[in-house]
Amino acid sequence: MIDMLNLYLSFPYVQRAIIVGVLIALCSSLLGVTLVLKRFSYIGDGLSHVAFGAMAVAGILRLSNDMLLVLPITMISAILLLRSGRNTRIKGDAAIAMISVGALAVGYLLLNLFHTSGNLSGDVCTTLFGSMSILTLRPAEVWLCLGLSIAVMILFFVFYNRIFAVTFDEDFARATGTRADAYNLLIATVIAVIIVMAMNLVGSLLISALIIFPAMAAMRLFKSFRSVTICSAVLSVCCALAGLLISILAGTPVGSTIVAADIAAFLACCGVVKLQRRTV
Amino acid sequence: MAQLTCDHLRLGYEGRPVLEDLSFSVQAGDYLCIVGENGSGKTTLMRTILGLQKPLQGSIRFGDGLREGGIGYLPQQTNVQKDFPATVREVVLSGCQARLKNRPFYSRADKKRAEENMNKMGISAFAKRCFRELSGGQQQRVLLARALCATEKLLFLDEPVSGLDPNVTAEMYALIRSLNREGVTILMISHDLASAVREASHILAVGDSVFYGTKEEWLAEKGGERL
Repeated sequence: MIDMLNLYLSFPYVQRAIIVGVLIALCSSLLGVTLVLKRFSYIGDGLSHVAFGAMAVAGILRLSNDMLLVLPITMISAILLLRSGRNTRIKGDAAIAMISVGALAVGYLLLNLFHTSGNLSGDVCTTLFGSMSILTLRPAEVWLCLGLSIAVMILFFVFYNRIFAVTFDEDFARATGTRADAYNLLIATVIAVIIVMAMNLVGSLLISALIIFPAMAAMRLFKSFRSVTICSAVLSVCCALAGLLISILAGTPVGSTIVAADIAAFLACCGVVKLQRRTV
Repeated sequence: MAQLTCDHLRLGYEGRPVLEDLSFSVQAGDYLCIVGENGSGKTTLMRTILGLQKPLQGSIRFGDGLREGGIGYLPQQTNVQKDFPATVREVVLSGCQARLKNRPFYSRADKKRAEENMNKMGISAFAKRCFRELSGGQQQRVLLARALCATEKLLFLDEPVSGLDPNVTAEMYALIRSLNREGVTILMISHDLASAVREASHILAVGDSVFYGTKEEWLAEKGGERL
């Protein structure tokens, strides 16, 4: 088995997949706590459906690098969804449901009408569940992913204290002169970037899992914001690595294997907490 | 010069006024209690003074060294995240965010300030404890320390004792009193008229009839009347 792993790891496309996969997992875990506690998790879910619709359009247009279309569309939707969350006339969650299901339906419809490849259901399945698309990344996409994940990490690092403040108590932050709206916008845009990147790794239906599971698991174990953030990043990277290696060896789909690893890590953390309580 | 002057304010949401023609001013060292029934516009007034919403009409002016955004604010307990993973130190330090200006991280002076305020509020012992695991009274002290990190001049407290048991309530009032004696101006929204009259130097009553004046004027006009 070790020999087989060594063989696979010597292929450059496998090495690229592992580097990109680990970076994407790291980025997506950083904003998990914020997403969960600001009740933004539904925005993440809605955006992933929008990204699917955009991906379908990009496929029809035969763009060489579909991220160039998917990324701006998802970012604009993130900003719109954030605005509509405060709109009282159409309730925020209803607006998100409408946009996300709408994008899903229109995306599939367009794919059906204009499909260019012979294997329609295979294409759809790849976009929804990721399957092997991480292994077929072109060098340009790899560089884009690298650049974006470094940008996300730098943004998170520089604005760490602001993100904490805006997540913990938005009114207080605003009252002491922090531009909370600007930071909400920043958070939503970064989420959009993460979702577009993560589509390559786990597919659009499973992205929320990648963002939320590590954060929820870390929140069971740790008590400070900093240790929760670090723990969720470590967990997410380990699960992504384990999921990638297992899927390469066992031939299972990459996305669902990674998410299964995330679920296992979450359950393990719950178990650890239960055991701690019993011994105290 | 007054620290805070409200001039002919009309307050409300989406063009619907809740409070009309409200004028009052707060001097350094005052202890003003804002009383009134639910829905009378106390919270709207607070949100407007804090700059969270705009007045429909009229103006709010800051003076005597107080800037906009220089108010320390203690929110109602129900508005605070319940399951947030953060230590007491992280929460208190976030009160220094206005001092960050364009720096990404807190300076040594900011951290020292947070330590001092934790000492002052008697919560240094659980600086590393998780905020969500503390009792209601302890949480209020943490949030008060955070508010003190944001200001030396004026604290705005939104029902600081609601939900606390009588002993802790008395401690909280004593703590606020001692801050006021050190020269911090206090603005406090309160449900409890009796303790408002006991603690405050000035009373602002909003609702059907608006009153603004010193505690003595209130007692002379209303006697022992209850809201």
